[in-house]
Amino acid sequence: MSQNTEAHGARLTREDAAYVARLARIDLTEEELDLYAGQLAAVLDHAAQVAALATSGVEPTAHPLPLRNVLRDDEVRPSLDSEEVLAQAPLAEDGRFRVPPILGEAP
Amino acid sequence: MSASAIAAAVRSGQTSARYTLEEHLEAIDSCDGELHAFLSVLDERARAEAAEIDRRVAAGEDPGPLAGVPVAVKDNLCTRGVATTCASRILEGWLPPYDATVVKRLRGAGAVIVGKTNLDEFAMGSSTENSAFGPTRNPHDPRRVPGGSSGGSAAAVAAGLVPLALGSDTGGSIRQPAALCGVVGMKPTYGTVSRYGLVAFASSLDQVGPFARTVADAAVLFEVIGGHDPCDSTSLDRPAPLCTSRLDEGVTAMRVGVVSELLDGVDRAVAKRVHEAADALAAAGASVEECSVPEVRYALPAYYLLAPAEASSNLARYDGVRYGLRVGASDAESMNSASRAAGFGAEVKRRIMLGTYALSAGYYDAYYGQAQKVRTLIIGAFARAYEHADVLLGATTPTTAFELGSKVDDPLSMYLSDVCTVPSNLSGHPAMTVPFGTDDLGLPVGVQVLAPALEETTMFRAAAVLEAAAPAASLPRICSPSMSGQTSPGSSER
Repeated sequence: MSQNTEAHGARLTREDAAYVARLARIDLTEEELDLYAGQLAAVLDHAAQVAALATSGVEPTAHPLPLRNVLRDDEVRPSLDSEEVLAQAPLAEDGRFRVPPILGEAP
Repeated sequence: MSASAIAAAVRSGQTSARYTLEEHLEAIDSCDGELHAFLSVLDERARAEAAEIDRRVAAGEDPGPLAGVPVAVKDNLCTRGVATTCASRILEGWLPPYDATVVKRLRGAGAVIVGKTNLDEFAMGSSTENSAFGPTRNPHDPRRVPGGSSGGSAAAVAAGLVPLALGSDTGGSIRQPAALCGVVGMKPTYGTVSRYGLVAFASSLDQVGPFARTVADAAVLFEVIGGHDPCDSTSLDRPAPLCTSRLDEGVTAMRVGVVSELLDGVDRAVAKRVHEAADALAAAGASVEECSVPEVRYALPAYYLLAPAEASSNLARYDGVRYGLRVGASDAESMNSASRAAGFGAEVKRRIMLGTYALSAGYYDAYYGQAQKVRTLIIGAFARAYEHADVLLGATTPTTAFELGSKVDDPLSMYLSDVCTVPSNLSGHPAMTVPFGTDDLGLPVGVQVLAPALEETTMFRAAAVLEAAAPAASLPRICSPSMSGQTSPGSSER
């Protein structure tokens, strides 16, 4: 990925698109990479008007409401039925979700 | 028949929920082949629900303000044991283990849920063309889009297949399709309607809201679904504003600001209707002034950084592990990447990529951080505008319904459909669209009313006056037999 941190003027390259696709865990074909690199660059050009605004001293807004922690009493309550939940999994075993090896260990 | 009229007739025993349901199922049967508003029609379940309503009425009980009213629900709202696809291959066949709070509240008010409606995949789009299961058509012209992302809900209500429907609005996904289909659509104040069971797109922007053919029906549905929910930590700990009882209070001395930025670049025919709407409010006693909210110009580019950023994080959950599609591979990461490649459509991939990029090292401050600051500027600009106005007025959409396929190859031009609606999502404020006449082709035009946080009551009062003053609408070309049997003064062949 190019190290240009200036948003305006940066041009999203095909290599950038491939890197982002890997970060996002989406296998893309060569054709998709070509298509998305061009389309994303066009959207980012449009977004450059935001990047170019003077905002020093402006606080960011992450959320329209003042967020606060919401706690409930620590008492046991019924939760989702685990059989019903596991029935929706692609693979389940002994009350757990089954997945392929994560760190190369034997399944 | 309006939802309120149906509920009154069912409650009084004048008609039955079963009979009402059958009428609507027949309309769906005759129209939805062409319209494709529904992804699933729950006829057997709905019949059982309707029979239960009738049993309760017969036993002297009151099922509630939506007794026997058939309602359609956007297919990104969870329904226990009933497929909830988000119009995505990645969730095809998934049966949620719980109901969304709004779905429970519908049933609690006596509504009968008749089906799940089509949408742009994961609510990402402005035309419903991004559905993995095919597009919905605009009932006013089947060559045109119904808008999106809640295009199925908008089309179903416009065509008379249901009197009410639920949608979700992240950047205009209720208001834009409502405007393009000629119905009322409303986005509530952020936090007034529970998001529990709404499949997340951009959590700081998403809000569930009503579609209806009348302002009064929209108010009834808003009151049914609104109010605090302990299952949603962003739900406001207060009741939703009351609207139905104050609809008729008029707009005498109400201060209305017509926002010039919400008319910039808007088609002439649409802008003309907004000015006529402003005149109608003035004639009804409001004090109307032009005003400027300059920062609104930056809402669209800011939105198209913030919403994809939140989406890229929210959609990380579709990894082939706990639910949905899995494409087999020898290790977990390859399985994740292959499942997501096979399960997501083009627009969802594009937005995840865009959001991932905006959040990635080296770009976070310039894009995501900067867009968050612009959000602050927009909130401040609205606050200044509301020092001089009780409600603001503008276009809902820059154009009337466009033709299918006309924008699918140019994402940016599609995104520009949302230019008038995204500001209210960034600010968290309520906004609604009211049908107000047509363009030269007879296509519906919507006028948008915006209000400060929790001022839904005032917004609905203005909307009711606009509805009463609206020029005649044209009858949809595709619509239920009961609707086409009515004489509509404005209906004419195009």
